[in-house]
Amino acid sequence: MTRLTHDPVGKSVLRVDAHDKVTGAAQFADDIQFGPGLFYGRLVRSPVAHAIIRSIDVSQALAMPGVRAVVSGCEMTARIGLYLVDRPIFAGDRVRYVGEPLAGVVASTEDVAQRAAELVRVEYEELPAVFDPEEAMQPSAPLLHPDLGKYKVAGFIFPEPGTNVSEHFRLRKGDVEAAWRRCAYVEEGTFRLPQIQHVPIEPHVAVSLWEASGQVTLWTCSQSPFSQRDLIAQSLGIPHGDLRVVSPYVGGGFGGKAGVSMEACAVVLAQAVKGHPVKVRMTREEEFVCTTVRQSLVARLKVGCDCEGNLLAMEVIYLFGGGAYNDYGVNIVRAAGYSCTGPYDIPNVKGDAYCIYTNQPIGSAMRGFGMPEIHWGIEQVMDQLALRAHLDPADFRRRNCVRTDDTIVTGMRMPPVNLTACIDKATQAVSWGKQEAASASHKKRGKGLAIMWKAPAMPPNPGSAAIVRFQEDGTVHVSIGAQDLGQGAFTVMAQIAAQTLGVPFEWVRVSVPVDTRYSPYEWQTVASRITWSTGNAVRAAAGDARRQILETVAEHWGENIRDLDIKEGRVISYRSEEELPLWDLVVYGLPNPGYEGWMGGPIVGQGRFMPSYVTNLDPETGQGTRAVVHYSVGAQAVDLEVDCETGQIEILKIASVYDVGKAINPDLVRTQIEGGAVHGLSSAYEALRFDSHGRAVNASLVDYRIASAVDCPKRIYGDFVETPLEDGPWGARGVGEHVMVPTAPAVANALYDALGVRFSDLPLSAEKVYMALHAASQRGEARQAT
Amino acid sequence: MSRQAISLTVNGAPERLEVESSLTLLQMLRERLALIGTKNGCEAGECGACTVLMDGEPVNACLVLAVEAEGCEVLTVEGLAPSGQLSALQTAFSEHNAVQCGFCTPGMLISAYALLKRNAHPTELEIREALVGNLCRCTGYVRIVEAVQAAAGESALS
Repeated sequence: MTRLTHDPVGKSVLRVDAHDKVTGAAQFADDIQFGPGLFYGRLVRSPVAHAIIRSIDVSQALAMPGVRAVVSGCEMTARIGLYLVDRPIFAGDRVRYVGEPLAGVVASTEDVAQRAAELVRVEYEELPAVFDPEEAMQPSAPLLHPDLGKYKVAGFIFPEPGTNVSEHFRLRKGDVEAAWRRCAYVEEGTFRLPQIQHVPIEPHVAVSLWEASGQVTLWTCSQSPFSQRDLIAQSLGIPHGDLRVVSPYVGGGFGGKAGVSMEACAVVLAQAVKGHPVKVRMTREEEFVCTTVRQSLVARLKVGCDCEGNLLAMEVIYLFGGGAYNDYGVNIVRAAGYSCTGPYDIPNVKGDAYCIYTNQPIGSAMRGFGMPEIHWGIEQVMDQLALRAHLDPADFRRRNCVRTDDTIVTGMRMPPVNLTACIDKATQAVSWGKQEAASASHKKRGKGLAIMWKAPAMPPNPGSAAIVRFQEDGTVHVSIGAQDLGQGAFTVMAQIAAQTLGVPFEWVRVSVPVDTRYSPYEWQTVASRITWSTGNAVRAAAGDARRQILETVAEHWGENIRDLDIKEGRVISYRSEEELPLWDLVVYGLPNPGYEGWMGGPIVGQGRFMPSYVTNLDPETGQGTRAVVHYSVGAQAVDLEVDCETGQIEILKIASVYDVGKAINPDLVRTQIEGGAVHGLSSAYEALRFDSHGRAVNASLVDYRIASAVDCPKRIYGDFVETPLEDGPWGARGVGEHVMVPTAPAVANALYDALGVRFSDLPLSAEKVYMALHAASQRGEARQAT
Repeated sequence: MSRQAISLTVNGAPERLEVESSLTLLQMLRERLALIGTKNGCEAGECGACTVLMDGEPVNACLVLAVEAEGCEVLTVEGLAPSGQLSALQTAFSEHNAVQCGFCTPGMLISAYALLKRNAHPTELEIREALVGNLCRCTGYVRIVEAVQAAAGESALS
């Protein structure tokens, strides 16, 4: 018999999806069976980075036996986008990156579709292309979007028509110029990051069906079924009520399955063969360059402090390489703009963040949403400044980091956090300050620290809804539109429902898959917002159900509702000591005395949550009452060794500590921290590489390596502190993305500690470390082995 | 395209099918036998999501032609708990939170199963090396290694 878990919030209950996932029963999008009526789609992609499309000839493809339809951007001109509607579903007049889809073929098999796609003839008039955000900023640079001024755009995004700038966020606080004169120490640096990819193990898959009735269904691996419905419905003119998005389990998202990438192509292809479902799946190569990637960044930073080490001024310029379309990426840049200082209290700040079109894959959401990118430079320049001011880098951060109730860089009051406690725990875990010997004479050892902050970056009013329904035996169905990408959302929502209702955790089922026809609304499973936002909605829905139960029983017993409670699945009275199991009433209600009629009925609770307090920011200064809902903060310390003969870095220990407000499921928090530390470490070695024509040269898992089981730190110490958030369920806030934000700069700071060499550009590699070490030693700069 | 009749055993059950010569073992398992537990992550033998056992040896099913499996015994994730009772390895994956998104899990379980069959008490390094062909983007491998160690401590293949 299963042991029952009562009051599960704060307990490490096991995942509700584990059984399905260890038996192979868990259904992912490519696993859904559609029978012999299923057709397949393949996309025709541009081989050039920037060109005018002169013509698209599909006649040969159409003539191929087995081909059912061909759709091209010449006749299908709809655009799509979340914050900036700049992206055609199929390019028709111009292509802007290698791999851009401009047509699609539907055929009876995937093989025929592929061969027919190769027969689509396209005539291009090539244009000069630009791949570097700094070059793309120049007035002489080729213009990617001459129509930028005509695109529909969200009110808080500021494109600059006539240029390649799709967003410019300005932050102005205090008087930077005056403050430089008061600084005793100033440090500057330029830091660069390449485009990298999410590399979920499950590639994107979408299946769509248009029925003759006008009903349209999209089955796909999605972090955002509702946002996809909204964007595709708007783009194609489908009533929202007639478009259904079903998303089974998602085989890793990391932001890459947020918004719309290739899914709209499947819907458009299915429209051409009504009555037949059409499946489009990405090859691994397409996954790398034709879905979305993380933006590249050039960051210029200058920061200064007084003689005691108090930060006085900071000036930053962030040039994000947004790729060919910035429909989602503009908001990453906005987030980088309003959080541009990192987690520091600095009285004088000047920040400019630009999103810049380049002829590269589409930059979009990726775990951390701008924060891993900007912290790479911030946390190194802060380290330099601390050392320049003769301060221990940990003490320097304790002195300057943001605290509860600080007025932060946008003028907002800092919600409750305890970053210094995170620093303390992380540094203790690596015996910070203790010089330790390397394991061999040709190795050098170093320790580094980085801290971080991140706010959920989203529109001011993203909503969550939940429904809680009881079954006859007292078991509970929780319906949500939030998705489990592996982070454990379904488990945490079941815990929140059980705790609120007073039923055992094992009685709760989460209704899956997420299906916009049956699931209540959820904006998107992004921004580490689900535990907080959906958690609040589930808590409200369960509270609504609980109220209905107690009202019925209070009437039945003739008691005051205040004397009643639900414990372990039974309604109890603290006054009369009466008891009633929930299964006696949650569907059939309760009889009146003498069975003179009945009261109550099926218990269905509903709840919702939407932040109501986020305000506009001044477009000239970035100042406002409340820029964001809240921040999560954390610290990461690294202890490593470098083999000076090979440049190989060995991570001895990563200690990673975050303020999660409240750990609803402590072990799931730790698994996020562990996975995030390795993801962050892996990302420091990753880069999409392109030839001079903008063609990716390493779009495979052999040439673009991600961390394998042997590439991991020897030890990962994951921990958390709990400073309750004012409006989180039991004080909880998100942690899923934060855990990879400070990893790369913590490694860089540890490398500096070990070698006396700064690495300002990612990716790292053993070769780069080796070359830099030997260049420095020839200059006599590198530190002697200890 | 030529077709060929093949006979093989899948998860203990005899199967006889007619397959195109170009069909991969992965396609046969997923599309002909509806054994969708084995995943398609790259179709190039790089990610390990399609790992199955062929006569006891782990292979990337995307790199094996179905016709090559003639006469073989194939084991997929669905075969690890034939009676519905989870194996020690599956239980350990569940209890150690070695599962996040779950897409690599079937292949990971098969590689770990093969390891424990040839080495009942592997060291941590041996576990990591045995799993090097199975990529996971979620877990950082920490709990997967712990789960395999825990399962090895019990009667691993029960």
